[in-house]
Amino acid sequence: MLQYYEPEKDFGTPPSLATETVGLMIDGVAVDVPVGTSVMRAASEVGIKIPKLCATDSLEAFGSCRMCMVEIQGRKGYPASCTTPAEEGMVVNTQTDKVAGLRRNVMELYISDHPLDCLTCPTNGNCELQDTAGEVGLREVRYGYEGNNHLDAEKDQSNPYFTFDPSKCIVCSRCVRACEETQGTFALTIDGRGFESKVSPSQNEDFMASECVSCGACVAACPTATLTENTIINLGQPEHSVITTCAYCGVGCAFKAEMRGNTVVNMTPWKDGKANEGHACVKGRFAFGYATHQDRITSPMIRDSIDDPWQEVSWDEAFGFAADRLRETQQKYGPNSIGGISSSRCTNEEVWLVQKMVRAGFGNNNIDTCARVCHSPTGYGLKTTLGESAGTQSFASVAKSDVIIVMGANPTDAHPVFASRLKKRLREGAKLIVVDPRKIQLVDAPHVKADFHLQVRPGTNVAFINAMAHVIVTEGLEAKAFIAERCETPTYDQWAAFIGDKQQSPEATESITGIPAADVREAARLFATGGNGAIYYGLGVTEHSQGSTTVMGIANLAMLTGNIGREGVGVNPLRGQNNVQGSCDMGSFPHELPGYRHISDGETRGTFERDWNVSLDAEPGLRIPNMFDAAIDGDFKGLYCHGEDIAQSDPNTHHVEAALSSLDCLIVQDLFLNETAKFAHVFLPGSSFLEKDGTFTNAERRISPVRQAMPPQAGLADWEATMGLAKALGVDMHYDHPSEIMDEIARLTPTFTGVSYDRLDELGSIQWPCNEANPDGTPTMHIDEFVRGKGFFAVTEFTPTDERATRKFPLLLTTGRILSQYNVGAQTRRTENNSWHDEDILEIHPHDAEERGIKDGDWGGIQSRVGDTVLRVKVSENVQPGVVYTTFHHPFSGANVVTTDNSDWATNCPEYKVTAVQVSKVVAPSSWQDRQKKFNEQQLELLKGAKRRDETARQPG
Amino acid sequence: MVTVYVPRDTTACALGADAVAAAIAAEAASRNIDIELVRNGSRGLFWLETLVEVETPAGRMAYGPVNASDVAGLFDAGFYEGKQDSTLSWGPTEDIPYLKNQLRVNFARAGIIDPLSIDAYKAHGGYAGLTCALAMEAQVIVDEVKASGLRGRGGAAFPAGIKWQTVLDTPSEQKYIVCNADEGDSGTFADRLLMEADPFQLIEGMTIAGLGVGATQGYIYLRSEYPKAHDVLKTALANAYGAGYLGSDIAGSGKRFDLEVRLGAGAYICGEETSLLDSLEGKRGLVRAKPPLPAIVGLFGKPTVINNVLTLATVSAIFEKGADFYKGLGTGRSLGTLPMQLAGNIKRGGIVELAFGSTLRELMEDFGGGTASGRPMKAVQVGGPLGAYLPESEWDIVLDYEAFAAAKAMLGHGGVVVFDDSVDMLEQARFAMEFCAVESCGKCTPCRIGSIRGVEVIDKIRGSDGDERQRDDNLILLEELCDTMEFGSLCAMGGLTPFPVRSAVKHFPEDFGA
Repeated sequence: MLQYYEPEKDFGTPPSLATETVGLMIDGVAVDVPVGTSVMRAASEVGIKIPKLCATDSLEAFGSCRMCMVEIQGRKGYPASCTTPAEEGMVVNTQTDKVAGLRRNVMELYISDHPLDCLTCPTNGNCELQDTAGEVGLREVRYGYEGNNHLDAEKDQSNPYFTFDPSKCIVCSRCVRACEETQGTFALTIDGRGFESKVSPSQNEDFMASECVSCGACVAACPTATLTENTIINLGQPEHSVITTCAYCGVGCAFKAEMRGNTVVNMTPWKDGKANEGHACVKGRFAFGYATHQDRITSPMIRDSIDDPWQEVSWDEAFGFAADRLRETQQKYGPNSIGGISSSRCTNEEVWLVQKMVRAGFGNNNIDTCARVCHSPTGYGLKTTLGESAGTQSFASVAKSDVIIVMGANPTDAHPVFASRLKKRLREGAKLIVVDPRKIQLVDAPHVKADFHLQVRPGTNVAFINAMAHVIVTEGLEAKAFIAERCETPTYDQWAAFIGDKQQSPEATESITGIPAADVREAARLFATGGNGAIYYGLGVTEHSQGSTTVMGIANLAMLTGNIGREGVGVNPLRGQNNVQGSCDMGSFPHELPGYRHISDGETRGTFERDWNVSLDAEPGLRIPNMFDAAIDGDFKGLYCHGEDIAQSDPNTHHVEAALSSLDCLIVQDLFLNETAKFAHVFLPGSSFLEKDGTFTNAERRISPVRQAMPPQAGLADWEATMGLAKALGVDMHYDHPSEIMDEIARLTPTFTGVSYDRLDELGSIQWPCNEANPDGTPTMHIDEFVRGKGFFAVTEFTPTDERATRKFPLLLTTGRILSQYNVGAQTRRTENNSWHDEDILEIHPHDAEERGIKDGDWGGIQSRVGDTVLRVKVSENVQPGVVYTTFHHPFSGANVVTTDNSDWATNCPEYKVTAVQVSKVVAPSSWQDRQKKFNEQQLELLKGAKRRDETARQPG
Repeated sequence: MVTVYVPRDTTACALGADAVAAAIAAEAASRNIDIELVRNGSRGLFWLETLVEVETPAGRMAYGPVNASDVAGLFDAGFYEGKQDSTLSWGPTEDIPYLKNQLRVNFARAGIIDPLSIDAYKAHGGYAGLTCALAMEAQVIVDEVKASGLRGRGGAAFPAGIKWQTVLDTPSEQKYIVCNADEGDSGTFADRLLMEADPFQLIEGMTIAGLGVGATQGYIYLRSEYPKAHDVLKTALANAYGAGYLGSDIAGSGKRFDLEVRLGAGAYICGEETSLLDSLEGKRGLVRAKPPLPAIVGLFGKPTVINNVLTLATVSAIFEKGADFYKGLGTGRSLGTLPMQLAGNIKRGGIVELAFGSTLRELMEDFGGGTASGRPMKAVQVGGPLGAYLPESEWDIVLDYEAFAAAKAMLGHGGVVVFDDSVDMLEQARFAMEFCAVESCGKCTPCRIGSIRGVEVIDKIRGSDGDERQRDDNLILLEELCDTMEFGSLCAMGGLTPFPVRSAVKHFPEDFGA
């Protein structure tokens, strides 16, 4: 959807959700609106625009600017239309001589304290103050401009993405209210009173030093040039925009990419986007500069060996070189000696092509995806219990939740836009149970306090979730009718006998989980009896040796309490990357065809064989860890790795590097020469989300359009590059546009039969299943029955992980992410987001630090049974004694040098969240870090070579 | 044993009451005279403070104004035996005309009892109203308040019973009673004196309000500039809890009412009820837009009765003496009594509680006795810093809400500030704008920027120095600004600031260069 630049319609105040209506007359026009609608919004509904400054429909009415005064028959004075609710029979006049005069006089007061520099102002042409002055017909300022004013107020340019210019501030408090109501951070306030009132980050700090999280809500809300994006200041106002979907986390926010020509001027959260409803975070809103970063590789490259310099070649040469190598490898080592990895950052259409190329072109099922290392247990666990490998709700559902469990997830950092919704609900009074070894921000945030913070010991989730269910079953708090009607009785009875055993009781598991039994009992009672119960979880659940078991335990808990099948409840995996859900849906697992259908199922396979005109292997292929093992064993020699940096993100880096070094043909398709590409023989330049059409599917199963805003930097979009490689391999594959790929997806995937680009244009986004039964998609799943029919209670026996604290490795390392950086950091490290987090830090409890003589800021050596690395230490009570924590956003941190190849019993999802380590004070980087530094320098040198040769070649004659 | 009373309220102490009390104690000891020294609240006759009283068979005898240096002389003159030989003698306190000519309902006990003694309070009719209310259904309580005709004494004069009815009718698990004790108007002190002299009257009134609307928690939002009132309230609350008049079982009824006092932080705007609620919630005191009314969405979003100290205190008198008694006082729609506060350039300042219906002139001349400076009175500002200035031609105005409104003035909280003929009314108009600029919460534009420009425009009028064009243009601009502030402001702060300004321009044009 291409739009010419135009501010979206602003109704002034939020919609009323009431069903009852009232009828009133505004300027002689009859209008019916829901009870609770403001007069301003009612007027707006019939196209009558009342002047306003402090009102905007994303924020509750405030009534401060007084521009929206109207006359109402039978009422004295001139009420503000934003704060006056419409009433039955009301007769409103929005324009009389008196209100016109009052508005003009109020505007005259504003302008008596405002710089008259419209022509050189960055928001010239997009300024509500300017527009409103025009609307009220202000012609002179009789007070003059020499009176008391704020024209000399100093700018705050501390934030890399926006500038605060208080000289232009009209003190409408929209920024303050956006920070409170929209974002929920409460970083802004008005300092002082009267004429001295001033927007203040925290307590008179600058924006960078304050609690501000740079979500941009204040900037979006500002009606003047007081808070303006630096890109707008530098580039000017955009002239057209493209509606698209963010390529960061699994929230899948809709954005307007606001453009001048092919330059992105601004990424503005789109009000009509259903995942985010006009909100954003520092990543999606501001961190898009990586797309045009100088590190982008824009030409295909090849080389014989990783010790050779790169050589820039044409796309066709690269395809030919890669195809030849892959075929040679298969001839030499057999058909199963090559495989592919699809990307959860790429579009559904691209993932579809990658798995299709592997199955149809490589002739095997050696296809896996990065979801292997994050949410594969979700797929397995939810499929087993509920019948569908996906979350059950929309994000908006949380607005109806009463008791919310957040387990192994850190929404304020990793899913910030969802966290804002969650915090809003918590401020309204919903109860919160946080289950996390670490004190995440939700435990104690402004106006949010967890009712329980259950500090579970890493690796003991199953014991905890069983104890919760134990309390509910043994205290008779289960939803008996729901269970009887909706779930399999024999398996329930079997499970209930297991869970009711004293072994699962909070008292018995207290010594395992470290959570006081009384707290578990209270939390379980609260969840079972507190109204709508919803469970949100993340990688702190899945990335364990019993990740799949915990997911099933969560599903059990939801079914046990009847919290499935309506709004406000459900099982909600928070997906890490933008298209984790989609990449799984698209058949990226070696045992499943798209739509989670097993490869051994002849009928399904037959459908694909007929459509693709090939025969498919019926045997499941290799998972990523199997590929690494086989590579080291010498059986696996060729890999196509699309948009994933396995060298940095997968556990046990020594092992991964050994595997990558054993390959004869590694093809990497990516935006940058990432850590994996340093082991590659073919580099196919990728395209960012701004450079292509397609769709992403977020954590709520929402398929949202990704639309091209600028041409691909390297000439081809990812789907075209994959198609080129597939063709070179002899696969019959041709698409002129990704919409044709979607048509094929719809044709072959029962949950997608109703999806098309036309429907997406029409509806904006679609939550699958979308088919004949649900033509507009399915916001809430399992309403009348489970996808598998009756709900299945899986027995979830707790088995301790092998990875446990010992005398040699007495601490447990757990990993996570922080707000400003994303995953391996390939994107965010190439933006100003580095201003917040330019290195990974090891958090350690003061007690453990003291014992080791480590102080804040020291270098800490972290040693596990597989490797060691060195990070700077932060002494923090966010972690409990015995637990240390870090992130893995920077390649030289080597967090994964330390993590082991322990993995989930069902899906091989690595146990990133538990590694037994020792930490000691050191003074130098680890030997791996030294080697890595040298290797990196060498590889960058080989890259420079490619460019130099290319320049030489281009020199005339 | 002789009982001697020395007031302990802020005004008396400011005038040396503590030193007087100490001197009396020391003098009595040295003369071996056995006295009981009671620190009562003030009678509100501030022009006589420190007013020392002695209990005699003929009633309490008054001596004032007493300084510590007068004490030995008083003893010499046998004051402790009630002798009337001192120049400071006033005879029986009750016969002092200033007091005798008042009709005291709110201040009936003020200065008579030890403010912290529940027994003394009960001995003077206290808690009779609560006993009465405890026997009533909630709706009957609210009906009684309606029947009394009681209107809010904070200034807006909204019928209290109607406000209570709204709170009673709004279903909620939690409701609140909030007492606005942020008495910030210049020249007013009735709330403070009531809290310092008779705090249980307020506590009892709030308890009855809780029963009336179904609220179990009350807060007194007290301005921080009243440390003595704070001390008195804290002790009085503790005593009320101790005697079982607050808490989970008030007066053995099984009904709950909890009450605490909270301190403000020195902002005039927090006397505005919605700002007060924000401040009480721990936020910056910012005016809220209405609707929703606090009666429906009040403190912490719950239905809330928010009334002034005098309003809530009056409730105990209404339940003690009956609605009929109360509504039998006053005139028109202004029923009951109003404690006026005489201040400014006045000879006899203090509390004058009268039934509605007297005239302003009677108040200023008969009670006030003219200016303290002895110069002729020029103007009087009634109703606090946002009230209109009245010239002599209007002084026969009746003390009645409607009469004042008709004169584009307001009775407000009953503050009367008198000015003699040396006052410059342009300066007073400027002060009104400046006061608004200093105290504006800053939320709405007419008040935030308008008040600043108001000061500047008035300065331009002053500076016009014979330039009639400049003066007239700015007078027109000032009038338009007043209009913008009156009709455009979010709350009464900005909305009423034009009243003193316009009245000054209208009644005293000569001070504006005319």
